[in-house]
Amino acid sequence: MSKTGTVFAFGSNVDTDVIIPARYLNTSEPSELAKHCMEDIDKSFVDKVQEGDVIVAGQNFGCGSSREHAPISIRACGVACVIAKSFARIFYRNAINIGLPILESPEAAEEIQEGDKVRVDFDTGIITNETTGKTYQAAPFPAFVTEIIQNGGLLNSLKVRGIAK
Amino acid sequence: MERLFVYIFGKKKREAGTQRAKTRVFSWVRSNFASALTGNRLVWYIEKHQNNDGKQRGAPSRFAAEEELTMGMTMTQKILAKHANLPSVQAGDLIEARLDLVLGNDITSPVAIKEFERAGFSKVFDKDKICIVLDHFTPNKDIKAAKQCAEARAFAQQQEITHFFDVGNMGIEHALLPERGLVAPGEVVIGADSHTCTYGALGAFSTGVGSTDMAAGMAAGVAWFKVPSAIRFELVGKPAPWVSGKDVILHIIGKIGVDGALYQSMEFTGEGVSHLTMDDRFTIANMAIEAGAKNGIFPVDEKTLEYAKGRVERPFDVFEPDEDAHYEQVIIIDLEQIRPTVSLPHLPSNTKTVGEVAGLKIDQAVIGSCTNGRIGDLRLAAKLMKGKKVAKGVRCIVIPATQQIYLQAMREGLIEIFIEAGAAVSTPTCGPCIGGHMGVLYEGERAVATTNRNFVGRMGHIESEIYLASPAVAAASP
Ligand code: SF4
Repeated sequence: MSKTGTVFAFGSNVDTDVIIPARYLNTSEPSELAKHCMEDIDKSFVDKVQEGDVIVAGQNFGCGSSREHAPISIRACGVACVIAKSFARIFYRNAINIGLPILESPEAAEEIQEGDKVRVDFDTGIITNETTGKTYQAAPFPAFVTEIIQNGGLLNSLKVRGIAK
Repeated sequence: MERLFVYIFGKKKREAGTQRAKTRVFSWVRSNFASALTGNRLVWYIEKHQNNDGKQRGAPSRFAAEEELTMGMTMTQKILAKHANLPSVQAGDLIEARLDLVLGNDITSPVAIKEFERAGFSKVFDKDKICIVLDHFTPNKDIKAAKQCAEARAFAQQQEITHFFDVGNMGIEHALLPERGLVAPGEVVIGADSHTCTYGALGAFSTGVGSTDMAAGMAAGVAWFKVPSAIRFELVGKPAPWVSGKDVILHIIGKIGVDGALYQSMEFTGEGVSHLTMDDRFTIANMAIEAGAKNGIFPVDEKTLEYAKGRVERPFDVFEPDEDAHYEQVIIIDLEQIRPTVSLPHLPSNTKTVGEVAGLKIDQAVIGSCTNGRIGDLRLAAKLMKGKKVAKGVRCIVIPATQQIYLQAMREGLIEIFIEAGAAVSTPTCGPCIGGHMGVLYEGERAVATTNRNFVGRMGHIESEIYLASPAVAAASP
């Protein structure tokens, strides 16, 4: 499966407080959260972002709180994938657990610019910048993680394995 | 020199000379063959050569995974290995570990409960090993917050959750759980709250996760982890008076940055540890996440055992790192050299010593939170505020972290001191720390706070500013 979208570029240390400000955490409704995604870093983001678009960021994306609201709000506003130099660890596992594809590629994150059109192939981890023609190979997921994603998220994967009631 | 070759499924893959290179090769094998490893069906061969004469020494020997995984482990790795029922683990391994406690609060539990129910689970794995604390937006700050609490409350009732803490007996989760003996040394705890790493102060492995992890933990009592590598912080010397755990951790974060320990454990060791109170250690472990760490952990010593006495009744294990444990880095921290430290907006790593920011005008001082709302913090603040008045134009808010701390502070006369100084004292709540209620900042306002994050908009308006500091600095500010 692959998706093509327009890039929204951000810097390093984008924290969960700007991804989804705490003042909106009194709900966990994805459609509600989607309305405020990235609000404190780019007010117009939610008006511009379209289904299938891609966020590209620097180091330590998603640092700060453990709120799953952050990847949920990103997914709910239509973003297909986040590419970053590195991810904060809780954000990394939350994204996997809820099924928001994330790719670590320092090179791609460095070179891809705001507004570029990129195609992301989730099966191979290949990122193609259609604007510049350059391709990048992101680190593939470890087998264990692929299993979670293939089973439709962490909870389903537990059910498939029959270890919870 | 002995030369080693690694064969995978019969094919020569890499040459490994030194022990270090061997380690590297094995970690490469592990990351590429993780599933084979977790299935314990690893097949690899190591052939030993005598380098000098080029003669082979013996036939290729085949090792069972167990035999090969005998590298020294850090304290964190030992705890994880035990909980994954593995003889040993190594950085990068993906494991599934048994959980001793699963924590959630009023913001994260409703999401986890929804996930739990949507996935069709009906029963939690163990009603005694789940803890739900309504601390963030409570006492309910608005109708939406009331709804979240109602959902969490209903679930706790329906599942007969033993450790459910509601208004009146709750406290800020990370102060409350250790106080109630819900975490013991050597245990594995996940919490749907990033500051769950606080319990590393007790020599436990604890880490923050998301709501789906919480749901999975509640359903099955297990969680997946990538075994972290570690940085060892060797603490030496004794901190100067008025220098507390907060100054130590702010100093460290200033030094290594907000991703300085990304995905890693921060293991604190050295004789300097003995000079830190349990409250200091809780504060330090609490902010490991602000350096990007997976967990922060302290050795178990007399102070830990003293703290656990009377709180923890079940038996627990004390783990120590192996002597040959591998650390990515060793950083020596001279506690004696640390000065009272503050973090300037808008990153915890943006540190300066307090002398460098003296004279800055503030609108609000907050003393509280899971970082610094413990009795030791309040005692320190009261000592500085006794007989003084909060300056005109400054709001000072003091929030004891738990009911027990509140009561203790009252008995010791600390609350009186705060109120006489002109401070507002509140029932336990996260409140202003997360910009929820009880002290939200307006545009252009500046606060000094004993909390742990000074991100944009964290305490209210996105044009407001937070300076992170110790209770002593915060109390001396207004
Ligand atoms: S006091 Fe602040 S940091 Fe601690 S749990 Fe509450 S909101 Fe989180």
